[in-house]
Amino acid sequence: MSRGPVRALLYVALILIFLLHNDLWLWDDGRFVLGLPVGLTYHVLYCLVAALIMTLLVRFAWPETLGGDPDRGSDR
Amino acid sequence: MTLAVIVVYLALVLLVGMVSHRLFRGTGEDYFLATRSIGPFILLMSLFGTHMTAFSLLGASGEAYRNGIGVFALMASSSALVVPAVFYFVGIRLWSLGKQRGYITQVQFFRDRWASDGLGVLLFVVLVMLLIPYLLIGIKGGGLTLSRITDGQVPEWIGSLAVCVVVMTYVTYGGLRGTAWANTFQTLVFMTLGAVSFFWIVRELGGLEAALGRVASERPDLLVRGERIAPLKLLTYTCIPLSVGMFPHIFMHWLTAKRAESFRVPIVAYPLCVAVVWIPSVLLGVLGSVDVAGLKGPEASSVLVRMIDSHAPELLAGLLAAGVFAAIMSSLDSQVLSLGTMFTQDIVRHFGFHDRMNEREQILVGRLFVATILFLTYVISLVSPSSIFKLGIWSFTGFAALFPVVLAALFWRRSTKAGAVATVISVAVLWIYFLVRGWNVADYTVAGSGIMPVAVMIVVSATVMVLVSLATRPPAPCVVDRFFRSSKGSR
Repeated sequence: MSRGPVRALLYVALILIFLLHNDLWLWDDGRFVLGLPVGLTYHVLYCLVAALIMTLLVRFAWPETLGGDPDRGSDR
Repeated sequence: MTLAVIVVYLALVLLVGMVSHRLFRGTGEDYFLATRSIGPFILLMSLFGTHMTAFSLLGASGEAYRNGIGVFALMASSSALVVPAVFYFVGIRLWSLGKQRGYITQVQFFRDRWASDGLGVLLFVVLVMLLIPYLLIGIKGGGLTLSRITDGQVPEWIGSLAVCVVVMTYVTYGGLRGTAWANTFQTLVFMTLGAVSFFWIVRELGGLEAALGRVASERPDLLVRGERIAPLKLLTYTCIPLSVGMFPHIFMHWLTAKRAESFRVPIVAYPLCVAVVWIPSVLLGVLGSVDVAGLKGPEASSVLVRMIDSHAPELLAGLLAAGVFAAIMSSLDSQVLSLGTMFTQDIVRHFGFHDRMNEREQILVGRLFVATILFLTYVISLVSPSSIFKLGIWSFTGFAALFPVVLAALFWRRSTKAGAVATVISVAVLWIYFLVRGWNVADYTVAGSGIMPVAVMIVVSATVMVLVSLATRPPAPCVVDRFFRSSKGSR
């Protein structure tokens, strides 16, 4: 698969993850999951998911900058 | 013991700044941008340390003490996604343009992008006005922290003075390289000490499960969002981290990157760093609601200090104070240096001595301005009321509302000088309007709806940018092509 569709897919994923920040379904949920209140566990995991999507972005959708394609190590 | 630890810590910070000076090349670019030579790890640490303030340690635990676990979603996990996304979409592009066109300051970029000296001056004034309260909070916060941790033995003015003197020494001596190195050291210190404080206190409270169990039985309301945080507030608060796209000090650190690839580590690791710092702070605040119950208003911000007093040896109290100082100074240094750099490059050099200032003179002016701004801010901190801390969120709000300006500059060819000027003015006007309306209202939201003012300001400023740009003459192709042509060509 070329980089264009992958980039588009990752941007859509980024928007979805942004929307998932609003965990309304856990608002009044006092259960404990993984030793923490679920409302906190969710957002700790959210940080990990954020790190994952960032990893995918820098790996598969590195921005084309004015200094040339950084994937090729351009360092003008 | 506490004081001894703090003195040793401050001496270590100075030492790091001094050692970095051995690499100083004596040029303006080296003083202001470390000759664009910073690698991935130091870039991550200096960006993270600059962005995180003492609020991440003390303020976050105080907020969690009052409002429970929802504070993590509100202030931490939103930053964990938005901030690295801004690095990815904005930071790398600005670094690339900065390297290609030799920019040192944010104002240079915007002035060049829209070919307007007037816009440059307007932005300079607005950015400085938004940044000064931020400096004031750091300096005043240093004094307050030292005073609290030493039970009032050290007056506030001495703590503030210590912060100013140490920062002034290593910033004026080491420039941006000294700042980046000191930031790296200090970021590692406050991340480590936050974690150590957490594990120590939780162990003293009988373990995390037992301590949270006590909260669940006595203050279950703090373990859910409930009525304490409105869903609309959570949604609109995610606009606040966009401020990172317009902070002059973050812009300056972006430009120090050695190559575009240096951004990979900061982008990936930033969310993890946020979690490492904020999880202990928020949990300790929630546990403190039971352990040291009854703190009212601003007193809640001292919950962490009080828990350490109760449960940890004096050495740890000293180390925590060092950690707080680290968080304060690692932001303050970059902010002061960015102000000095903007003043030197955008005012003195651009308008007065463009061809007559050699590198040595530029560095001298930069150093003098850093010393002057620190002195003046210190004096203001001595007479300003404690309510000044409320300006923190307003400072972030102003910078975030300017985000459409950088977005248009990078991604919209058709955006015009008039559009940018109108946007900046709209932000300044709305900022003053909401500040006046919300100053005496705790947790102010627009008409009590839960919507943060920042969201309204961003919508308005983006709309102004679009409408005014479309209503005015398109920018000359020869100006725009310098910023977009290569990009198109490389595709």
